Amino acid sequence: MAARLLRRKALTNLSAPSSSPFSKSSFSVQRLISTLVLGEHEGGSIKAQSLSAVVAAKFLGEDNSISMLLAGSGPSVQEAAIHAASCYSSISQVIVADSDKFTYPVAEPWAKLVQLIQQKGGYSHIMATSGSFGKNILPRAAALLDVSPITDVIEISGPQLFVRPIYAGNALCTVRYTGSAPCMLTVRSTSFPVPLTSANSKSDVAPISQVDPSTFGEDMVCKSKYLSHTSQDSERPDLGNARIVVTGGRALKSAENFKMIEKLAEKLGAAVGATRAAVDAGFVPNELQVGQTGKIVAPELYLAFGVSGAIQHLAGMRDSKVIVAVNKDADAPIFQVADYGLVGDLFEVIPELLEKLPEKK
Amino acid sequence: MKIMVAIKRVVDYAVKIRVKSDKSGVETSNVKMSMNPFCEIGLEEALRIKESGLASEVIAVSVGPSQCVDTLRTGLAMGADRAIHVEASATLYPLSVAKLLKALVDVEKPGLLILGKQAIDDDCNQTGQMVAGLLNWPQGTFASKVVLDKEKEVATVEREVDGGLETLCLDLPAVITTDLRLNQPRYATLPNIMKAKSKVIKKFTPQELNVDIKSDLEVVQVTEPPKRKAGVIVSSVDELIDQLKNEAHVI
Repeated sequence: MAARLLRRKALTNLSAPSSSPFSKSSFSVQRLISTLVLGEHEGGSIKAQSLSAVVAAKFLGEDNSISMLLAGSGPSVQEAAIHAASCYSSISQVIVADSDKFTYPVAEPWAKLVQLIQQKGGYSHIMATSGSFGKNILPRAAALLDVSPITDVIEISGPQLFVRPIYAGNALCTVRYTGSAPCMLTVRSTSFPVPLTSANSKSDVAPISQVDPSTFGEDMVCKSKYLSHTSQDSERPDLGNARIVVTGGRALKSAENFKMIEKLAEKLGAAVGATRAAVDAGFVPNELQVGQTGKIVAPELYLAFGVSGAIQHLAGMRDSKVIVAVNKDADAPIFQVADYGLVGDLFEVIPELLEKLPEKK
Repeated sequence: MKIMVAIKRVVDYAVKIRVKSDKSGVETSNVKMSMNPFCEIGLEEALRIKESGLASEVIAVSVGPSQCVDTLRTGLAMGADRAIHVEASATLYPLSVAKLLKALVDVEKPGLLILGKQAIDDDCNQTGQMVAGLLNWPQGTFASKVVLDKEKEVATVEREVDGGLETLCLDLPAVITTDLRLNQPRYATLPNIMKAKSKVIKKFTPQELNVDIKSDLEVVQVTEPPKRKAGVIVSSVDELIDQLKNEAHVI
């Protein structure tokens, strides 16, 4: 949070002397800001991650009216709509597309749907959280609307002024959107954390409107078929939202040894992460990968065991509040970002930690 | 069937980049440039499909300044049959690249367009999805496995999504973007590097393709990320636990 505030301060300084940061925008400042958020749902409720985009939307302007677009088929999408309308006070409208075309989150019909809803609603902004869902759908929809989308925004400095990391997080780029409406962006969930208390029932239920299914006509012929989905069953907290993350690298040497990391995570109530080397060596499945090409995490505590600290890995965890590194090699680059470093053999350190760490409450 | 592969010339992944002091961007002169790693994977996949007899030709395409020719030569040395260079010196954003690629698809009529899932310089992860939208082709993004069925004219794509894997069946022609685990790209051998010198690189300009390069984004500034304060090296597990408990208050 502190880092974010600091960055915001830097930006204000930058744009202050000339004029307001959105003076160059082509749509006028007077116009009300209205945002369409693409929502992901599962089992009749909104996925927690999708709500980061709702949190971020509030930074666009005070009078932002936020509509959430949900698509799916049957009772589960309707339940999710009621959930969104009644639980989250910042959502002022829920739009539901209920059709068998949306049984699975496939990009083709979704992008067409976004185009259709935009043509009717004339939103100033369209947003999603940058998970695999948002990154798959939003750029396609942007192409249909002929606008440039902005990926992985970590800071909103004005309705058209955004900060995003480039070069694996080694530089921060401030971009101004100068095109016509809608301005489309995906936001990084760890930069716009959803407060735990946000899911309280509110007194006024937002209106839910159903999209007329007849509008999904002939031009919505889908050339992709959804076949299957395999998910990694995990009883541990979700890597993207965990308070503590314990990560192992190549130095663990085998899948068998990696179990030590899992044990430690269990003891701390933490999620398990891995480096690309550990994933490629087959120690763990790839959705545990943290880095530029894997998940981006920013937990309160990040413990890295046997991780050298390659640029691509640091890109995924450098915003963690406290970083602990345990490595045999005192020159490993990970020690340059670690708050606490311990030079030692992880095969001795982990068992000792397991023994001496206090039981979680 | 032809396969078209889009490749991008980027700052080599191992280079530690430097932000320019005037905050206008990242230093790219006198820096080692290479083919974007995800594009290498895309090209490798195209070559494997061709080697299994399911494609007739692999065309490598790159958009950007004249030095992109070097990157295309690398692609030709890996095994691409020919290359196309769209020379454009202006700042290019994914929307423009997607429009140029669409125009090239209209010329070459490939059955499959393969791109990397993202370029490691701008980290956008947009071009593949955008060109698929413009072409109205199905898209298989973040692919970790691709199986072509020539008779049914479909591609089965396994995708890496949050929390697992998803499998889609796409009608051809289609757009596929590659994830890291799709394959291990080959090295160009010396004889192939020599052979690549005689392969054809066709040139186009955006004007010839009737694409207007305009941009609705403007880079205001590029800065270094905030530095983390220097850490401490602890000498024992006990000290570490003590620090985490009493100083950092995280356990």
